[in-house]
Amino acid sequence: MRRSYTVSLVASACAVFSLAASALLLHRNDRLRPNSTLDEVLYVSSPKVLKRASLGYDGLLADIYWTRAVQYFGYRHSQHANTYNLLFPLLEITTQLDPHLVVAYEFGASFLAPNPPFGAGQPEQAVQLMQYGIRNNPNNWKLYYNLGFVYYVNLKDYKKAADVFAQGSQVPNAHPFMRVLAAQMAQHAGDYDTAKMLWTASYQNSQDRQIRQNAIEHLRSLRVDDDVAKLQQGVTRFGERTGRLPATMTELASAEGLARIPVDPDGHPYDLTPEGRVLIHIPDDYPFATKGLPPGYTPQTKFNYNRQ
Amino acid sequence: MNARIAHIASNTFREAVRDRVLYNLIAFALLLSGAAILVGQISIDIEKLVVINLGLTAVSLFGIVIAIFIGIGLVSKEIEKRTLYTVLSRPVRRWEFIVGKFFGLAGTLVVNTFFMAIGVFAALLYVSHKFVPADALILVALYFIVLEFLIICALALLFSSFSSPLLSAVFAFSLFVIGSFAEDLRGFAAMAHGFTRWVATGAAYLVPNFSAFNVISSIAHEQPVAAQLILNNTLYALFYAALALSGAVLIFEHRNLK
Repeated sequence: MRRSYTVSLVASACAVFSLAASALLLHRNDRLRPNSTLDEVLYVSSPKVLKRASLGYDGLLADIYWTRAVQYFGYRHSQHANTYNLLFPLLEITTQLDPHLVVAYEFGASFLAPNPPFGAGQPEQAVQLMQYGIRNNPNNWKLYYNLGFVYYVNLKDYKKAADVFAQGSQVPNAHPFMRVLAAQMAQHAGDYDTAKMLWTASYQNSQDRQIRQNAIEHLRSLRVDDDVAKLQQGVTRFGERTGRLPATMTELASAEGLARIPVDPDGHPYDLTPEGRVLIHIPDDYPFATKGLPPGYTPQTKFNYNRQ
Repeated sequence: MNARIAHIASNTFREAVRDRVLYNLIAFALLLSGAAILVGQISIDIEKLVVINLGLTAVSLFGIVIAIFIGIGLVSKEIEKRTLYTVLSRPVRRWEFIVGKFFGLAGTLVVNTFFMAIGVFAALLYVSHKFVPADALILVALYFIVLEFLIICALALLFSSFSSPLLSAVFAFSLFVIGSFAEDLRGFAAMAHGFTRWVATGAAYLVPNFSAFNVISSIAHEQPVAAQLILNNTLYALFYAALALSGAVLIFEHRNLK
């Protein structure tokens, strides 16, 4: 009995020691071969083969591939990567395994379409993905909305955006703002108000924290773009009127008849350079702003989709 | 049901429980609870989908593995242990033995599926915090899975009635895989010509067609299942199980057990 107990004890200790040693060795191997991870490997790239190989359990496989796509995008995004070679194939496999997985189209397009560092910079693939989604889910108005969004924001193709919003507005139970968006897009595509309406709709339309945060960041940046553009016009008017540039923002505000010095959404006053350029005080706080940025400035990725 | 068949069926069920078959429920519970907690953190917006897809896939796969590995030993193990002779020396007919074994294994799988279904609904409640009327569709998927089990049980018994356990497992699992491709086989038959077409069409109708039973993905998206499909699948499973069971009875009746 005692002998058996000793053998069990030694065997258990041996097993624990061996497990710890093998884990340690693997960890060291990973450090020796930093590029040997499996991130960029897609063993089976054909969705049709995968669908067949799933033996009918394609729904679960689609969930696994969707999770893999989310993880891939999140990891590459957190590394500030400029290339996302596997993202579209992963999304393509996911949606072909389960063509009704609407979340993969909605989020997939928002991963694919924006330019790096905010996304993969592949708006054409985002359009392809959304069109496949619409073919398989023709009564889902949100897919039309997302496709129109990509045309408007990423491809600046206002005509197609208007067409898609109009098509989406015909879908049963479509949100009433689809019709408004279609009309607005056709008449005032490049306006601040149109962009504001679209991002507001995006915020109201999603329950996801990251999507809503993204919409807020865009709305804040849009407001800053609008402010800077108006102030810059004020500087021009001041120059035309006085023959010189305003020395300070206070002088500009007074000349423009503003009650106080103009501030950004965070309450920071805009800066005025001696050359008469209006700048955002902390540009990193407005990652999507296109105006009021210091020369040579590159935006930082302030938020990401990777759930911690 | 014939009392002798009921007796053999209850003994088969007891034996399966004694063989710790229901231990798979622990693995199932761990799998589902782990997935329900983990997926919410590593993916986006598919918590409920994963619980349904993973839960029903696990119910199906666990059951198929149990059906095959228990089913293949039902006859051969009795012969090997020589307990079959004791049974058959009593007023029990060979066909009653086979049918009793079938009902015993099917009963084991139904009980197993029942507990797993409770697990699926519990996990669903955990991730959604409430049930919606569409969740009742999961019961249809579970019913189809049970119908699949009936066919596989009957097939495992058929192979067990004339072959060794290892070969029976290979045959049964191969038929399950082929049955999952039955629609492709039918598509292939439609494209072929002449003699090949006849052979392919015959094979497509001979192998079990499991694809019609797989509604997991559509149910996860709350798409309703046609009542006609439920009726057709029920009848198909009963007829196909009866076909395989009749084959098993025929072979076993003429088998030389000396």
